[in-house]
Amino acid sequence: MDTLLDVKNLKKFFKTPGGMLHAVDGLTFNIDRGKTLGIVGESGCGKSTLGRTVIGLLSKSGGDVFFEGRNIKTLTKDESLELRKKMQMIFQDPFSSLNPRMTVSESIAEGLIAHNICKNGIELNRQVSNLMDTVGLASRFALSYPHELDGGRRQRIGIARALALNPKFIVCDEPVSALDVSIQAQILNLLQDLQEEKGLTYMFITHNLSVVKHISTEIMVMYLGRLVEKSPSDELFEHTLHPYTQALLSAIPTVNLDGKKERIILQGEIFSPINPNPGCRFAARCVYSREKCREIDPEINEVTPGHFVACHFMEEINGIHVK
Amino acid sequence: MSDREEFTPRSKKKSQISEILKRLLMNHAAVVGMLIMLILIFAAIFADYVAPYSYEQQNLNEMFARPSLKHLFGTDNFGRDIFSRVIYGARISLFIGLTSVVLGCISGGALGAIAAYYGGRADNIIMRVLDVMNSIPNLLLAISLSASMGAGVGNAMIAIGITSIPIYARVVRAAVMTVKEQEYIEAARVLGVSNRRIILRHILPNSLAPIIVQASLGIAGAIITTASLSFIGLGVVPPTPEWGGMLSAGRQYIRNHWHMVTFPGLAIMITVMSFNLFGDGLRDALDPRLKR
Repeated sequence: MDTLLDVKNLKKFFKTPGGMLHAVDGLTFNIDRGKTLGIVGESGCGKSTLGRTVIGLLSKSGGDVFFEGRNIKTLTKDESLELRKKMQMIFQDPFSSLNPRMTVSESIAEGLIAHNICKNGIELNRQVSNLMDTVGLASRFALSYPHELDGGRRQRIGIARALALNPKFIVCDEPVSALDVSIQAQILNLLQDLQEEKGLTYMFITHNLSVVKHISTEIMVMYLGRLVEKSPSDELFEHTLHPYTQALLSAIPTVNLDGKKERIILQGEIFSPINPNPGCRFAARCVYSREKCREIDPEINEVTPGHFVACHFMEEINGIHVK
Repeated sequence: MSDREEFTPRSKKKSQISEILKRLLMNHAAVVGMLIMLILIFAAIFADYVAPYSYEQQNLNEMFARPSLKHLFGTDNFGRDIFSRVIYGARISLFIGLTSVVLGCISGGALGAIAAYYGGRADNIIMRVLDVMNSIPNLLLAISLSASMGAGVGNAMIAIGITSIPIYARVVRAAVMTVKEQEYIEAARVLGVSNRRIILRHILPNSLAPIIVQASLGIAGAIITTASLSFIGLGVVPPTPEWGGMLSAGRQYIRNHWHMVTFPGLAIMITVMSFNLFGDGLRDALDPRLKR
């Protein structure tokens, strides 16, 4: 497979008065061209930080990011400006992600202007109206301000802005979680259509498991900055191996006519990511945890091709045997 | 989606400004302030036509004349018409007030914006230097600056402008720091927009409101400082009519000729009040949370 983005042992720590906050703690993964990697986890597990670090909004504390086989760290200034065109981001809050003093067309044109892509105003206008067309925004909104539009339309502006530079890779940071459910579906469909049309690669960050199931080819589950389980989308839902993922998936509301559905309810709060103890990050809340879990970091094992799990007792819990 | 509702996009471009104006006009105090301000500005610009006499025309036959129809505010110790001098004085006061505020606003604003945007060491150095400036009382700093540069309109303007730099730097810094955290700034960075363009196109337009308010209030302060400087003989040099200078000149005659100090003093008071009223109103109008 053709790997577009390759992340190796990525770390992002923040200095806080209480100590080092391990937001992203040694993540390794890759995304193939044209695919969608869904990243799930509860609030505060480092999903957004991961996205921002990969895209370069935050500086890395360690590790490497390879884009199209080249280490981003080694790029020259011109090359990294060129890279900006290839990696884009769609933000969570369509209210704060648009400059309130810029009209719709100005917001969309910003990237085109920054990279001097259009020779003159006429071409710029044409490009902008093409983009508005692509994302399904009526051209009469070109001179409106964001506050005059609803959330769905605003998110479309954000998508058009990201598409303006013809990117290959887009980090979607919870792009639908601030929207109404009916609008969510529209935006998700738009994102999928665009992916097919333009061969885009997505890193889709969300805490909504139904959304991630719908859109992802692969899913990575995070807990406190660490990888818990990563697997092709269907495989994850069919053969859930990590106790944390099992608990997470059992929380998806379903229509169940045969009565009870077993739900795993986790006890306790999410751990503090500041100066975490060694061992499995999930140990304190895990029903299966033993002494080993609290002392030794679990290794990431590939159980079946493409299905990675980080748990000491995964075989025992699931009654399987991995060679 | 109600894609069918109709509006003409072009008229929408002005909607924010017209809405702010509407809110401003609903505030009676602000309207009064604005009216007085406009009258003052009008009088200052057209002083040559509005004032009945020249500001330096002496008439020694009519020294210390009391207010009358001929001399609305009376005359001073050289027989000059105080009404005319107050009107010409508006020209000086408003000019110094505006230019010094513009000077302080631009340089202070730039410093504040740089400090907030780049943060870290740049922030520390700039703000500590401004703290040092701030530790000297404003008037004292203005006095020492204009004393070292010499009296005169230009120097007074520069002195007052410089003393106001820390205030603007602070206001702009605070505003920029809030705006900087917004997602649209991150979005601009991801797009590869240059720092310069981010500051000019994204951050400044969104942090203007507090700066405009501070500036409108700052003009009032600058007018008082100008008057104070002239009062102690460091600002505007006679015979140029300046309210503070007129107060200073009238001081020695205050026992017998009250009108010499009363009218310039009232002029200062009314001007400062009008700018304050207007500035307060503007602050409320620019605050979208007060939208009704």
